[in-house]
Amino acid sequence: MVSRLSFLGVIVRVFMWAFLIGLAVVVLYPLLWMVLSGFKTNAELFGDPFALPVDWSFDNYRKAWNGGVSGYLTTSVLVTVTSTVATVFVSAWAAYGLTRVQIPLSRTVTALILGGLMLAPTVALVPLVKMFQAMGLYNSFWALLILYTAFRVPFTTFLIRAYMIDLPREVDEAAEMDGAGRWTAFWRITLPMCKPIITSTVLLHILFAWNEYLFAMVFTSGSGVQTLPVGLTSLMSRHGTDFPVVFAGMVIAAVPVVLLFFLGQRYIVRGLADGIGK
Amino acid sequence: MRAIVQRTLGLAWVVPALVLVGVFVYLPLVQNLRFSTLEWDIYSGSQEYIGFDNYRKLLDDPVFWSSFGNNLLYAVISIAVQVFGALVLAALIEGVRSERWRRGLRAVYFIPSAISLTVAGLLFYFIYEPSLGPLNHMLRAMGLEELAQAWLGQESTAMTAIIAMSQWQGFGYSTLLFAVAIQRIPSEIYGAAAIDGVGPVRRFFHVTLPLVREMTGLMAIVTVSGSFQVFNEVMVMTGGGPNNSTQVLGTWLYRSGFVRNDFGYAAAIATVLFVITLGIALAQLWFARRRRVEW
Repeated sequence: MVSRLSFLGVIVRVFMWAFLIGLAVVVLYPLLWMVLSGFKTNAELFGDPFALPVDWSFDNYRKAWNGGVSGYLTTSVLVTVTSTVATVFVSAWAAYGLTRVQIPLSRTVTALILGGLMLAPTVALVPLVKMFQAMGLYNSFWALLILYTAFRVPFTTFLIRAYMIDLPREVDEAAEMDGAGRWTAFWRITLPMCKPIITSTVLLHILFAWNEYLFAMVFTSGSGVQTLPVGLTSLMSRHGTDFPVVFAGMVIAAVPVVLLFFLGQRYIVRGLADGIGK
Repeated sequence: MRAIVQRTLGLAWVVPALVLVGVFVYLPLVQNLRFSTLEWDIYSGSQEYIGFDNYRKLLDDPVFWSSFGNNLLYAVISIAVQVFGALVLAALIEGVRSERWRRGLRAVYFIPSAISLTVAGLLFYFIYEPSLGPLNHMLRAMGLEELAQAWLGQESTAMTAIIAMSQWQGFGYSTLLFAVAIQRIPSEIYGAAAIDGVGPVRRFFHVTLPLVREMTGLMAIVTVSGSFQVFNEVMVMTGGGPNNSTQVLGTWLYRSGFVRNDFGYAAAIATVLFVITLGIALAQLWFARRRRVEW
């Protein structure tokens, strides 16, 4: 009886591992294929898609880089960095105001800011285009900076606020007794104590801004203001016959965020889990 | 008096967030309702109040209904794969003894969620490509020549192909979150189950499943909400074609407003999307509140 059970157990385990490894292959193979295809010539790609590149040259990368990807990358970095800084500071201020400062109508203010979480960007698309055209910011870097900040403030405030609520109040109260103003208390005491959640929100915002497509596509049409996701699709339409160049561009867009994930995995997982679970 | 002044000054902390959210999130929402009652040609600039005509047009628009149907299909498949499939997968992973393997598997499955939907969409555009795509090559190599087809080029398979890509891209994300939820289950509970001689299958149904119920509910809500906001992958892979068969509400809104120049109609679609996503969000709020009471 015992041996039969363990025999069954072995079979089950073999199937389980076959499934887990098989799934990992299904995930990794397309990515590997993308990287390999970026090193091929068009003829090689059409010949046998499974073959290894004959000549590992960075030609396609050079072509992609000179064919617009350098510009898309610059815009992406710029939009990502500025909107991350803006979102995290605005949200940290708001979270501080909501948890540490007595403000009038604080419940209403909390509901208003966090309520933004419920609204999908698609819903606001038509009026936002009219608004940005009227402000003269349509097709500009500013449109993306403002939109990425405004639409991510609710989520980011939500995460930082939840963290600040659990922090002990005695420390900043002591600071105030010492005559430090609110402003100093925020920068010197509260913000440093929030470092783990700030790291999470920074990383999550980078992932968001780097990959965002809807606003980037609708609000930027000219070159010079296009981010990588939109730039890749226009690279695709311009290099419609030279596919390996497009693959090279895709790899350039994917590598930074994959690296970021592996470096900051702990913080990203924590932020995601808190964001959905609280 | 001084206290009132000081409290009002305290508002300075929240004003930047309030202004940003108020002007760029709430105001457009209100404007959208007004826009949806207009017949509005963006080029000639003519605007005319037409009441609920845009909504009436919506009801008679077959593409609106097929888009809605595609969003629903998206939701159903995503619930099956990214909620129930991911939950089972997370339980399998967390059952692995080696910590290194657990961490490795979770990370590998998550990689597609870190890259953008644009990159994933383009990648699968090539994978599905009829002549150079590895999918057809693989089918031919396996002797399944008759199954090789233009996956994105025909109405019968295009939507399913896009949804399949999106499952590939997203299942690691929900698996990761379920894994976190399972890790939070106190190990004594599993220990007690082991002493009672509970096997892994019964343990999953009687211990794991009830204890991650809240996470399952939240994931279901988030998944459905996401299914109605689909845009990126459809735009990149098919643009809504062939013959509008892969339109979803988001892309149909975009096409109506920005390609067919019918802003009022696009605003009406946006209102429908708003009602759906708000309804789902309120369900989530209710869910989160109930959970807080339970704990």
